[in-house]
Amino acid sequence: MELSGAEILVQSLKDEGVEYIFGYPGGSVLHIYDALFKQEDVKHVLVRHEQGATHSADGYARATGKPGVVLVTSGPGATNAVTGIATAYMDSIPMVVVSGQTPTPMIGSDAFQEVDTVGITRPCVKHNFLVKDVRDIAETIKKAFHIASTGRPGPVLVDIPKDVTDPAVLVSYEYPKKVSMRSYNPSVKGHKGQIKKALELMLRAHRPILYTGGGVVLGEASDELVALTKKLGFPITNTLMGLGSYPATERQFIGMLGMHGTYEANKAMHECDTLIAIGARFDDRVTGKLSEFCPNATIIHVDIDPASISKNVKVDVPIVGEVKGVLKEMLKLLNSGEFSPKPELISKWWERIEKWRSYNCLDYDRESKLIKPQYVVEQLYEVTNGEAFVTSDVGQHQMYAAQYYKFNKPRRWINSGGLGTMGFGLPAAIGVKLAHPESEVACVTGEGSIQMCIQELSTALQYKTPIKIINLNNGYLGMVRQWQEFTYESRYSHSYMDTIPEFMKLAESYGHVGMRIDKKEDVRGALEEAFAQKDRTVFLDFITDPTENVYPMIEAGKGHHEMRLAPGMITDEDLA
Amino acid sequence: MRHILSILMENEAGALSRVAGLFSARGYNIESLTVAPTEDPSMSRMTLVTRGSDEVVEQITKQLNKLVDVIKLIDLAESAHIEREIMLVKVHAQGGYREEVKRLTEIFRGSIIDVTASSFIIEVTGAQDKLDAFLKALEEQSVFEVVRSGATGISRGEKGLHL
Repeated sequence: MELSGAEILVQSLKDEGVEYIFGYPGGSVLHIYDALFKQEDVKHVLVRHEQGATHSADGYARATGKPGVVLVTSGPGATNAVTGIATAYMDSIPMVVVSGQTPTPMIGSDAFQEVDTVGITRPCVKHNFLVKDVRDIAETIKKAFHIASTGRPGPVLVDIPKDVTDPAVLVSYEYPKKVSMRSYNPSVKGHKGQIKKALELMLRAHRPILYTGGGVVLGEASDELVALTKKLGFPITNTLMGLGSYPATERQFIGMLGMHGTYEANKAMHECDTLIAIGARFDDRVTGKLSEFCPNATIIHVDIDPASISKNVKVDVPIVGEVKGVLKEMLKLLNSGEFSPKPELISKWWERIEKWRSYNCLDYDRESKLIKPQYVVEQLYEVTNGEAFVTSDVGQHQMYAAQYYKFNKPRRWINSGGLGTMGFGLPAAIGVKLAHPESEVACVTGEGSIQMCIQELSTALQYKTPIKIINLNNGYLGMVRQWQEFTYESRYSHSYMDTIPEFMKLAESYGHVGMRIDKKEDVRGALEEAFAQKDRTVFLDFITDPTENVYPMIEAGKGHHEMRLAPGMITDEDLA
Repeated sequence: MRHILSILMENEAGALSRVAGLFSARGYNIESLTVAPTEDPSMSRMTLVTRGSDEVVEQITKQLNKLVDVIKLIDLAESAHIEREIMLVKVHAQGGYREEVKRLTEIFRGSIIDVTASSFIIEVTGAQDKLDAFLKALEEQSVFEVVRSGATGISRGEKGLHL
């Protein structure tokens, strides 16, 4: 088969099984767009800004596990995509970004819409390529998908100069069945000796805790994690990225840990004698002050990326390997009868944890006449029966969603954890809805974040992706305001937006349904009404208490035991 | 501690900047860096000298291994190895000092590779400390240009870095 470079690219994507491309046309990719026009298998979603394309592809990838695919033009098309690429990179999300480039002979001449895309994206991709020969396109695309989706996943960018996709140059096409690279062989199987050693330590523990992260979600290891946790009887805490990989409504789950983690999770981390970290990377928002992190614990760490092990915290028993395989091996050993958990060893530990849990650290002022943001999320949880896919932006609303929406399944909670990208939620929700058209998709956001990618409301209408936007509108950049209250003596420097649009009207002008809710008693009804409109995108603008803060909070530079708790929360002697 | 990382990588455009970029992005230092294709032109071999605690160098090694273009690497400083660097020195040499420079060059097993009425260019090869010692032995004012290649090296015996 003889095809042009543009046709080869599109055919390669087809052969890779790509369902959607999120993109925006421009000069350098016009040949590719022409090839897209002539087929119907790969569906193109025209976003309104390239950042939206990357976030939508990212949302699609997080909800399905399949790489998200992006197509942008050279220059500003590529630079606009950078934020979304970096977002995917920080959270290890598989993504393939194809960018157009100035024709090969003009590269380096400061041509129109030329930037060094490979150079600009190098620090925030797993790998990138510049394709200079039409005969290399198919193999490069194969490599890109292979690298993006194996090992520790991540975004891969393929930069293609315009002349390489020239419709007049035809070459033979065959999509490679597989690819092998001598320089890229990600380690997959955990060392059996290390796994056994870890299990022995775990079963001797008196105060164990499982601390699990996004690696469990990415590695499709939720079933194994649940089975192992139940078998061991240990308490389990999830990172922000790991929520849903262990059901939040189960007794052994003691909540999220870290900066806005629960009292019981952070206390248990501080006092544990054996820490079992699985697919988590000891991020600073999780560990707090490193010198006070789990001071008495023997640390076991399972991760597919050797560079994550002993990066921030020295690990005693490292296990490099795919989480799923390692957990299966542990289960096998436990089921063989050779190893058995001793519940009596940890009964005192559980008593202590239950005491911490009894303080109910996520309680808030339920009597308030104002709409509390926590209340909105709780109602959202009830109205959607805990089954929705929830995307979020970044800030207070993100933490409320993580704390009050009890995720029972992996891939349901979709947020920018590592990079903390405002503007992520709405485009991500569009990608999620395309992947799961039958499921409810909610975007929990704030009036600050939503304005960063608000233009994607238009995309949502064109591609009929009915989502529900839960805007927790407190007039402030809430998390900034909170830090300013706590550490800058309430000097609210530029964290208040004096003018914000009337979101109800804005939503209507984009062709959607807008609702404004400023009374607490209307919250439930509004949510029910919104979710009853199955085929409409509904923008719910909730006017919430502007003074509410996210608790508990470990302020920067403090340890897990130094939490700031909600005003009025009953504390025990530990906090004296 | 000083570490000499020997890196076998794909001879691809951009491979060098991936390594250099990794070091600057993560705040590691590069003391010297040399790179050239190997006997197999599809691969390059880089020798990179860096300093850091064991933890830092372990992290550097892991991060380098993560780069898709990196095939294999070893830390030469971990075992017996040979280290060489080439240095070219241009010195003012007139009158009696010419003899002095020639003697010094002989002692350091260097060679004079260019001569004018008033100057020599001397080539010296060896490990870093030998080259430092040679420079020290010369009269400071006489040295007016120094070019050093940065260290390159190879491990002793059968052990080595190859596919």
